[in-house]
Amino acid sequence: MTGEGRPVTDTSMQELSFEAALGELEKLVQELERGQLDLDEAISAYERGTALKELCRQKLADAQMRVEKLSVNASGEARVEPFDPTR
Amino acid sequence: MATNLTEYTVSEISGALKRTVENTFGLIKVRGEVSGFKRAASGHAYFCLKDQQSRLDAVSWRGSVQRWRLAVEDGLEVIATGRLTTYPGRSTYQMVVEQLEPAGAGAIMAMLEERRRRLAAEGLFEQARKRPLPFLPRVIGVVTSPTGAVIRDILHRLSDRFPRHVLLWPVLVQGEQAAQQITDAINGFSAMQPGGPVPRPDLLIVARGGGSIEDLMPFNEEMVVRAIAASSIPTICAVGHETDTSLADHAADRRAPTPTAAAEMAVPVRLELIERVAVLEGRIRSATVGQLQRRRTELERSARGLPDPRMLLGLATQRLDDLSERLRLRRPADVLRAKAERLEMLGRRLHELVSTLLRTEQRHLERTGARLVPTHILALVGRAEPMLADRGQRLERATRRRITDGQARLDTLGKLLDSLGYRQVLARGYALVRAPSGEVVSDVAAARAESRLNLVFHDGEIAVTTGGRARRSGAEEDEPVQGSLL
Repeated sequence: MTGEGRPVTDTSMQELSFEAALGELEKLVQELERGQLDLDEAISAYERGTALKELCRQKLADAQMRVEKLSVNASGEARVEPFDPTR
Repeated sequence: MATNLTEYTVSEISGALKRTVENTFGLIKVRGEVSGFKRAASGHAYFCLKDQQSRLDAVSWRGSVQRWRLAVEDGLEVIATGRLTTYPGRSTYQMVVEQLEPAGAGAIMAMLEERRRRLAAEGLFEQARKRPLPFLPRVIGVVTSPTGAVIRDILHRLSDRFPRHVLLWPVLVQGEQAAQQITDAINGFSAMQPGGPVPRPDLLIVARGGGSIEDLMPFNEEMVVRAIAASSIPTICAVGHETDTSLADHAADRRAPTPTAAAEMAVPVRLELIERVAVLEGRIRSATVGQLQRRRTELERSARGLPDPRMLLGLATQRLDDLSERLRLRRPADVLRAKAERLEMLGRRLHELVSTLLRTEQRHLERTGARLVPTHILALVGRAEPMLADRGQRLERATRRRITDGQARLDTLGKLLDSLGYRQVLARGYALVRAPSGEVVSDVAAARAESRLNLVFHDGEIAVTTGGRARRSGAEEDEPVQGSLL
């Protein structure tokens, strides 16, 4: 198995973007499916894959529509207020 | 001949002319080149429309100027829509322009093409400058009008695909101020710092709905193009319809044909991702389980190749026993026993040696004995022999005499015995009664005890049945015995 500097701690995993997590998960699945990993590598790949899957789930669960309108005052400070396009 | 001509005053003729001109040219389109363009402080615009031979003064009131969709400059070929009017105070006429449009696509396209070439030479449209869009932006900045279909289309499609946090920077998208507002908005988003009071977008959408080429002109303005090219945030540009292309589109990282398409580029479809993650989850699980099962099979196959541990153990045990046995032989008791056995063996050999020696001595003795001659003894025997013969004859005679005497006596006694023996008595008509056991039955009581009796006559015996058993008591003694005998 190629390590490819995979982050191992949970904090670094939380910083992974969804795309990176998904991409790594897909790579792990392919590696596992090729079946050429050692047994302990396969098990750690599975554990890491499960953690990545959970991270992806979290990021997918965070899906709330929030629309705000910016306004900039004379001194250039931006302010946000809720925006309803149907009004 | 001039006498019947109508005589006008100046005002009358000026008024008549004004009515004629205004009635006749109340709504006209004039094509010409803009010249001497000037905006007064009042907001009105004064210029000339001219061609090779003629010129026409033109004025455009403030309210009209604000509706123009293009930046007017001298030399621009335009089509002006308005009416002719006269100015009687100065004996002039002019055109009051309501609308001003570029004169045909050709002209404006030529102008845009020239601009595009200039900006491209700077490298603003280079493919290498374009950045990939974030796969899943958290915050999306949108630069467009807060009213109208565009923002609604974008929000609707985002919400369908993957609801996100959207920051709208409202701008005018047409008219004179549009280009500046759009530029300010892009620069404003681009300058936001991460962790600031307003969340910094990771993606920008600059959008406008369809319109005429003039409507889209702000998105061809150099300041807008430069702002998009300089944006620190990846930008999608969606201006007009599919066939329209603005210079802003060229500068953006991605061009979307419509605002809805921009929203589709901005976010993936959440449900598809959920599905994809679920599929991956299933695949990783089955791949791992499959791997483990394969390993187990391999292990079992390998294990079959191994010798049976019990057999190995058996062999080892046997070897251990062997070694223990050899070790045990070295114990003192075993050494003693071995010595004893050896001693015993030596003893046996000694015995054999002694026996052999004895036998040898015996044979020697026998040979020596054979040589012994009993001459003295023979002489003694020779002298004793006649005497022995005489004594022998005398013994014989005496013995014979005694045998003859004994014979006579035996005959006498035999006759006497015959007369006294029971067979002689039986010959005289008596019978001897015996039980089957052979015992002599000498009385009735004994006879009654038997069911069968043997009667012995002098010349043989016969069996009879008594007809009575031992159960009978002594009270009825005589009669049944007699009956059964018969």
